[in-house]
Amino acid sequence: MLEWIRQLGRGGFGFFEKLGRSNLFLLKTLAGIPSVLRRPYLLIAQLLSVGVLSLLLIAVSGLFVGMVLALQGYNTLVDFGAEESLGVVVALSIVRELGPVVTALLFAGRAGSALTAEIGLMKATEQLSGMEMMAVDPIHRVIAPRFLAGVLSMPLLAAIFSAVGIYGGYFVGVGLLGVDDGSFWSQMQSKVDLNEDVYNGVIKSVVFGVVVSWIAVFEGYDTVPTSEGVSRSTTRTVVYSAFAVLGLDFVLTALMFGDY
Amino acid sequence: MKQTKTTELLVGVFIVAGVAALFVLAMKVSNLSSFSQADGYTLTAHFENVGGLKVRSPVTVGGVRVGRVARIDYDSGRFEAVVTLELDSKYDQFPDDTSASIFTSGLLGEQYIALEPGGGEDLLTDGSEIEMTQSALVLEKLVGKFLFNKAAEGDQSAEGEE
Repeated sequence: MLEWIRQLGRGGFGFFEKLGRSNLFLLKTLAGIPSVLRRPYLLIAQLLSVGVLSLLLIAVSGLFVGMVLALQGYNTLVDFGAEESLGVVVALSIVRELGPVVTALLFAGRAGSALTAEIGLMKATEQLSGMEMMAVDPIHRVIAPRFLAGVLSMPLLAAIFSAVGIYGGYFVGVGLLGVDDGSFWSQMQSKVDLNEDVYNGVIKSVVFGVVVSWIAVFEGYDTVPTSEGVSRSTTRTVVYSAFAVLGLDFVLTALMFGDY
Repeated sequence: MKQTKTTELLVGVFIVAGVAALFVLAMKVSNLSSFSQADGYTLTAHFENVGGLKVRSPVTVGGVRVGRVARIDYDSGRFEAVVTLELDSKYDQFPDDTSASIFTSGLLGEQYIALEPGGGEDLLTDGSEIEMTQSALVLEKLVGKFLFNKAAEGDQSAEGEE
């Protein structure tokens, strides 16, 4: 019994230790961002692998999510003779929720896991210590560009997801199901607010971008330098990112839209 | 060198696509293009009952949207609701005997304020009050009145038969 409680305490210590380490790590990474801006080629290379190469996945997912939403929404709305509201349903659900959240989950799976594996392997093969030996700070050279690339890419990817998703909904709703073209857009425009909906969606995607990139680079940097450790870190990145994104989404939604 | 140039090009395309998507969301999806609240003037109106009117509900004249409801307060002196309307400054030619009514669009639709211009000489200016107002129709009250009348009619016809 006593042993069990002690184990619980050790687990708690480990948790807070890791939390503290990750916070210090974030501060160091943020301090390294000015040096990235002096070497933009590092950032551009990372933007390519983190952002551009995720583009196809995000766009295709967005298209299908929008199409499914239109199909499902139509089936319900047509019972009430309100199929003209399909544009509102699709646009609000994508811009407020699905755009930022699904993009962040896909981003964690596509880019976050790759970041963790890359940095973890660098640590396992002692490239990071090698850099330190040459008086190059690995946080400035390796971590900060990747973190910044993730933070910059996420809002752009989420915006692309939302726009493509809405056009996917338009394609199915207007093209296949025969909703009126004009009322699809006009109802959407009268109900979707730039500040309330679009900006809050962008804020969400920025927050998710910071959190997912932070988890990904920290798990990579903090990995146990063995092949098993790297594999575990990569798994943890995806799992923690999913938890963090979904939990934060609830908190952000409650703060943004919960005032009535 | 060529490799970096393609990289830069691809990243540039990515950023342009992202910004363009944001722009599409702002212009095409939301209501930025159709109505901007930047320059406008406000009017107030007292209503006995605003029903389901909400802040940001539309204000229309002849079915054309000319503004939005900016605020709904309660006037504890007059025991009435005070609605502040924010109208586009393009539409500032309303006579001072304009009346405001709260209507519902469709059977289950949202409620909005319809203005009906009168024939007065003077014009409404920023901050002035619309004197003539008609409250929202509350469905329960109407149904209650209808049932009450029906019941009264029923009693009369029953008495007449006896």
